[in-house]
Amino acid sequence: MAERVESRVVTVLKQLYAEFGLPRLIIAGFLVSLFILAFILKMNIGMLVSDSLVRVGMNGILVLSMLYTLACGVGLNFGLAVGVIAGLVGAVTSMNFDLPGFTGFFAAIAIAVPIAVALGWLYAELLERVKGQEMMVGTYVGYSIVAGMCIFWVAAPYTNPAMIFPLGGAGLRTTLTLDRTWAKVLNDFLAFRIGGLSIPTGLLLFFALFCVASWLFFRSKAGHAMRMVGANPAYAQSSGINVRGIRRLGVILSTVLGAIGIIVYAQSYGFVQLYTAPLNVAFPAVASILIGGASLQRATVGHVVLGAILFHTLLTIALPVTQTALSGTDISEIARMIMSNGMILYALTRAERR
Amino acid sequence: MGNGYVLELENITKSYFGTTVLKGVNLAVKPGEIHALVGENGAGKSTLMNILFGMGVIFETGGFEGQIKLDGQGVEITSPRKAMELGIGMVHQEFMLLPGFSVAENVKLNREPTRDNVIARVFGPKLRTLDEPIMRRDTRSAMDKLGLSIDELALVATLPVGYMQFVEIAREIDKQHVKVLVFDEPTAVLTESEAATLLSAMKQLAAEGIAILFITHRLSEVMEVADNITILRDGEVVSRLERKDAKVERIAELMVGRKIERAALPPRKREPSDGDVILQIRNLRVDMPGERVRGLDLTVRRGEILGIGGLAGHGKVGIANGVLGLYPAEGEVFKNGQRITLNDPKRALLSGMAFVSEDRRGVGLLLDESVEMNLVLTAMQVQNKFLRPGAIPGLRLEDRASIRQHALDFIKRLDIRCTGPTQMVRRLSGGNQQKVCLGRAFTMEPEIMWVSEPTRGIDVGAKQLVLDLLVKFNTEHNMTIIMTSSELAELRKVCDRIAIVYEGRIAGILSPDASDTEFGLMMAGMGAARKEVV
Repeated sequence: MAERVESRVVTVLKQLYAEFGLPRLIIAGFLVSLFILAFILKMNIGMLVSDSLVRVGMNGILVLSMLYTLACGVGLNFGLAVGVIAGLVGAVTSMNFDLPGFTGFFAAIAIAVPIAVALGWLYAELLERVKGQEMMVGTYVGYSIVAGMCIFWVAAPYTNPAMIFPLGGAGLRTTLTLDRTWAKVLNDFLAFRIGGLSIPTGLLLFFALFCVASWLFFRSKAGHAMRMVGANPAYAQSSGINVRGIRRLGVILSTVLGAIGIIVYAQSYGFVQLYTAPLNVAFPAVASILIGGASLQRATVGHVVLGAILFHTLLTIALPVTQTALSGTDISEIARMIMSNGMILYALTRAERR
Repeated sequence: MGNGYVLELENITKSYFGTTVLKGVNLAVKPGEIHALVGENGAGKSTLMNILFGMGVIFETGGFEGQIKLDGQGVEITSPRKAMELGIGMVHQEFMLLPGFSVAENVKLNREPTRDNVIARVFGPKLRTLDEPIMRRDTRSAMDKLGLSIDELALVATLPVGYMQFVEIAREIDKQHVKVLVFDEPTAVLTESEAATLLSAMKQLAAEGIAILFITHRLSEVMEVADNITILRDGEVVSRLERKDAKVERIAELMVGRKIERAALPPRKREPSDGDVILQIRNLRVDMPGERVRGLDLTVRRGEILGIGGLAGHGKVGIANGVLGLYPAEGEVFKNGQRITLNDPKRALLSGMAFVSEDRRGVGLLLDESVEMNLVLTAMQVQNKFLRPGAIPGLRLEDRASIRQHALDFIKRLDIRCTGPTQMVRRLSGGNQQKVCLGRAFTMEPEIMWVSEPTRGIDVGAKQLVLDLLVKFNTEHNMTIIMTSSELAELRKVCDRIAIVYEGRIAGILSPDASDTEFGLMMAGMGAARKEVV
């Protein structure tokens, strides 16, 4: 009897392991050991967890944007900067009118989404012409659009004195503070504290809302069509699906989520970063979803949530903990770079393409 | 032994994974002889040639039994390179040419005459200079032998397709000591005048003492040039004839001849007839590479099982792919008198047709999805089945319960052997995968079901099950079935009528009871011009 129970436990554990995968176990183990180290060093665990929750919430939607391009077979959206640019234009325009609080936040989204749809459409058309190399071309599209937008930020007709360079009187500053407008509106919405732990309720709810919507989408007719296109375009075509249209939809949705994602990120961070800052957005998002267990063949909302939690918790606590442990060195930032880029490399080399 | 044969194959037997594909084949060719090797697809011609050329696939699958002799001496051919050294040349069906190189460079590829230079003395023979005048001179003389006036410096890419074949041949005859030359369906891509040039070139080569093995489907060409004819069927030599004794009808019969156990089709409420037409195809042209359809007319009777047969490359597979919109097509297709839009798979599916592709793993299945999703996804996309309204209007969600129920029902009805509806299709056997493909089409409840090569690559027992299923669909659900197959025997087993496709058109429609001769002739393009036997 006891033996049977034991063997059942073993099989259940084996299944869990197969589902979870070795890379995630290693990272989760590393994470746990960091927390233990923090505890030994008598650091403020509550603050570490609160910071992690904020980081997960503010990056979540950017990670989610990867799901749509993966599902429709375009691969990882290395050109996420396209969506981010749309989001930044929305954010800056909203700020220009000094719209406060949620009004400003949603105005930014309302302005950004149509721009993201238009840019995403063009981006999708480009990717359609370079089938099979979407990820490489996407990377360069990201670089190009960021460089191009640097001119826009200088030349754009924004007039709000809080935003333009104080000297010379034209062109947007590199970093704009949202303090007077909509900084932390989501983070503070329904926020509460338990002991040393503060919960950014609104931020997490907003991320959860998009996750649930995506989960529902992939159970809908259109979602199934997208998965079919990603899994086997020939099968999709023989099922009467407009393969090109679905791929376009996937890229546009990813771009739109990139735009919304950066606005959420900015409100939590409290600043809007312009010029070359959007270059740094795609890689952490790519690393997150891959750490979550997604592959070029298979990606789910679960991978997104798990990946966002693992990757961003790690980034948040690795820095202060190693800093405290090895006081006076700056090894943590390097370790972080090695890990996030190493993870991307690992996942891409394991990707099999038909 | 000195019996005058240049090449002798003795008692060649070869099996792949327990299936015997060649059984004790004997073949002997004399210098200067053109020996034709004919047989249906799958008769074993390619395997025999693979053995002759020492192709890797033979040794990876356990080698073969029997002996090959050249000039009376036993030889072991362990690689294509060895075959080449022994003086056996091959003109391939698909061109093995570098398009960006000139004719002369292709002819001399990897055998370039070279001259010494300083760098090569230091760094080794790989860096010797090409001797271009000699390359050109040799190529010219090979071309002249073939009676061809192509410029030897022209790039291969700029030549007409027919000429590429001659470049291949020039390459083979340029090899100094070539004794035996194999032509594998050399005229398949040639126009009539090019084919005629090729045949005369073959005669000329034979006159110079080279032995030629000529593999072809075209019996008229066999009659024109061959000295002797060997007929293969199901891996055995069924006959060896001299041309003067051979008749086209006899060859055709020997090629096809098989005992047919025709399972009597169960009686139907109403027998199909020309008075009740469900599908009319007029002047259909389909641009499917390798299987072009060139202006085909076909009428399908309601409730029948129509077979489409013919040799590979003649376009039988292109018909279904064209009508269903998977390859660019033009022409007119009427179903129940209504014109169907071509080049639009969705419209074709919505009009009540379904398609089981010949490319099971490429088009027919989502290999990494479950059995149940493979069964329902197409019907969900096209017919909005298995959906329920969601919270947001217009966004309909999958109906898990009905999907599961449907899958369980079909697994039982089609006898799909799997661990359950959630098993990944990749893990099923070929036969069970094919049942899932049929189930996918059947879930659409079509009026017309197109089935291409339903038994390709599945074992014998599963073949019978698949054929039984098709008959069941037909009789119990009054479904019209159009079945394309390379296996004539299986078409004759279940079909009401069999249309034979030749060069992209219907050569004729035969009853399954028609004689082997009639089938053989029609498939070889020598049937009476478009005759209707049924």
